[in-house]
Amino acid sequence: MSAILAVAKNRLFNLRRDRAAFVLAFVLPVAFFSIFAGIFSGSSRAATRRIVVLVVDEDGTEGSGRFVEGLKRETGLDVKTAAPAEKGQPAAAPAPFTAASAEAAVRRGDAPVAVIVPKGFGARPIAFGPGAEPPKVSVLADSADPIAPQVLGGLIQKVVMTAMPQSMARAGMDEVDKWSGGLTPEQKARMEEALRSIGAPSPPGQPAPPETAGGLVRVETRDVVGETKSNPTVAFYAAGFGVMFLLFSAAGAGGALIEEAESGTLDRILATKVDMTRLLLGKLVYLAGVGVVQLTLMFVWGALVFGIDLAGHWQGFLIMTLATAIASSTFGLMLASISRSRMQLVAISNLAILLMSALGGSMYPRFLMPEKMQKFGLLTLNAWAIDGFQKIFWRDEPVRAVLPQVAVLIAVGVVFFLIARKMAERWEAA
Amino acid sequence: MPPALERTSALSIRDLSKSFGDRRALDGVSLELAAGEVLGLLGPNGAGKTTVVRSVAGRAEPDGGRVSILGFSPSDDGARSARGWVPQEIALYPLLSPRENLWTFGRYQGLAGAALQTAIHDSLSWIGLSDRANDKTDRLSGGMKRRLNIAAGTIHGPRVLLLDEPTVGVDPQSRERIYGMIGELKSRGVGLLYTTHYMEEAERLCDRIAIIDHGKIIAEGTKDELVRRTLGAGQALVIDAAAPIPPALKAELETRKARVEGERVLLTVTQPAEEIRRILESFHAHRVAVRDLTLKSPTLEQVFLQLTGRELRE
Repeated sequence: MSAILAVAKNRLFNLRRDRAAFVLAFVLPVAFFSIFAGIFSGSSRAATRRIVVLVVDEDGTEGSGRFVEGLKRETGLDVKTAAPAEKGQPAAAPAPFTAASAEAAVRRGDAPVAVIVPKGFGARPIAFGPGAEPPKVSVLADSADPIAPQVLGGLIQKVVMTAMPQSMARAGMDEVDKWSGGLTPEQKARMEEALRSIGAPSPPGQPAPPETAGGLVRVETRDVVGETKSNPTVAFYAAGFGVMFLLFSAAGAGGALIEEAESGTLDRILATKVDMTRLLLGKLVYLAGVGVVQLTLMFVWGALVFGIDLAGHWQGFLIMTLATAIASSTFGLMLASISRSRMQLVAISNLAILLMSALGGSMYPRFLMPEKMQKFGLLTLNAWAIDGFQKIFWRDEPVRAVLPQVAVLIAVGVVFFLIARKMAERWEAA
Repeated sequence: MPPALERTSALSIRDLSKSFGDRRALDGVSLELAAGEVLGLLGPNGAGKTTVVRSVAGRAEPDGGRVSILGFSPSDDGARSARGWVPQEIALYPLLSPRENLWTFGRYQGLAGAALQTAIHDSLSWIGLSDRANDKTDRLSGGMKRRLNIAAGTIHGPRVLLLDEPTVGVDPQSRERIYGMIGELKSRGVGLLYTTHYMEEAERLCDRIAIIDHGKIIAEGTKDELVRRTLGAGQALVIDAAAPIPPALKAELETRKARVEGERVLLTVTQPAEEIRRILESFHAHRVAVRDLTLKSPTLEQVFLQLTGRELRE
């Protein structure tokens, strides 16, 4: 028994000295838990993600206006009726969305859904019985987000029932008038009075009008992004996991530098005609080359098995893959150059890469995260890389659309390389 | 320094100084190494041997003084080509084969194409690893790794070679083989700066020996010169008698400056043949039988002990 305790105590001594194991055992789990708690709960139910909805009011009547106002009152929705003014332009009159500009915005990924309120909707949001079809509400959706259109569809029904009761009742009254052989003027006057009282807000203390379930409003949902894709999230996961494992393998391979330093091989190399800058550049070429092969493998497999359209997007794929591989490689080199030992590198890189991957959307799509988390995620390499791949494979955007992503990844790569070069000075002649 | 010696000098170290914080690692070290010469650098741990070697290798920046390798300063490209360095550690890639390791260091020294292939082939046969050329290096024996470690530092045909304890942890057979390789390098005209803990090795391999202590060269010369200067010309004679030395014999021996301890007699002789004959006659006259007699030449070990007050391997 005492021998068993001695073994346990020996391990405890070891753990105290082994900072890497310490971090992995105690710091990483707490950090991870916090991030995912942040992503999924935002600390309370009220703070969950609000769905951004672009609303186009083609009807422009009092009734449709009430409907739009009703949508705006929904806490689960973030309604935008006009595009935000560009920087530098006078912010006086932002242009309201049109059907075309809203569709373009959904394609760009500015919002997961848009609603187009058709002409005549304010007067006749629904129809009872046989007769003329009422105008259809169009919902334009990005199928990458399967939740937003469903939530929106339900809320449209609710808002029509609660915000447009007058229109609803008038539609019913018209039906009665038509099919009952006509109402007397007195009956009509009473009806009108009743209708006005329906439209008035409930006095305080009285319950709001009950919600009416059902699908009386005709809603037509159309996927404007990904409608032709076989599997909406495959390209996302290929990019997400591809980047994460690129970072892991770059950090691991970057560790060769530490092994060379520990074995004396680095000293020996630096006494030859290879200096530190050339050594690091050589390693960068290797790491980036491996990264390109890794991502290519991932996407070729994705194309063969999951139907990613690689052949149709090869230029965009190539440029994003190169930029991502360069950024990940320099990240690995930088971590290796700041680490004192292989174990320290393992601890630092596990921590950094898992955090970056969680925040940057490698594990869970960023567009489904609360807005604050989405913005925070832009501090990670993963987010920029995944955004670029999404633009290419999901939104079918032209290659020039990923220029911001490529520029950021390359710029970050240059900065990481310079940091690695600076830190590597400690291995040069003392 | 005569101009002739200056011209043939492969490596010249002048007044080298270097401090690490408060500790003075090198304090005015000067050494000359000629082509085809083996200069042994002996010193206790922490004496400054490795700092000298690292300064010549361009891996330590001296605070003062100058290092010149065939006229080049250590970080010049000319010095990088002319210099080979065999570090004390097995500084190789364990997962690569000997061939791949040699390719790497040959390439890093600027060899390419047919010249590189020839150098790899020749190096492998020189170190006797042609039949293990494609095995993983970490599968090789300690002696094989040591030999490969030397080949990685010599593949580009350096004129000056720094050998830092190249036989540490090597079995006697492999050691002999390494001595043979060093002899070959020397006969090719390579100047070798050799640091070691092994006195026998220094005595056997080195043309000249420099003893370094506390960052200073405290003695330099051939082994015989060092012994003569430090210990004088005498040899040590030890006689063990079969019985305790009787007082009369003791008195007679002490007139010859011998030290008598029970049955043992110790003295220094300068003309061994003559002096041993006379001493044995005295033993015979006093009817004392001699059980054992040894005559020892002074060793570098004794020189070292005398100069530094320390054993070399402590």
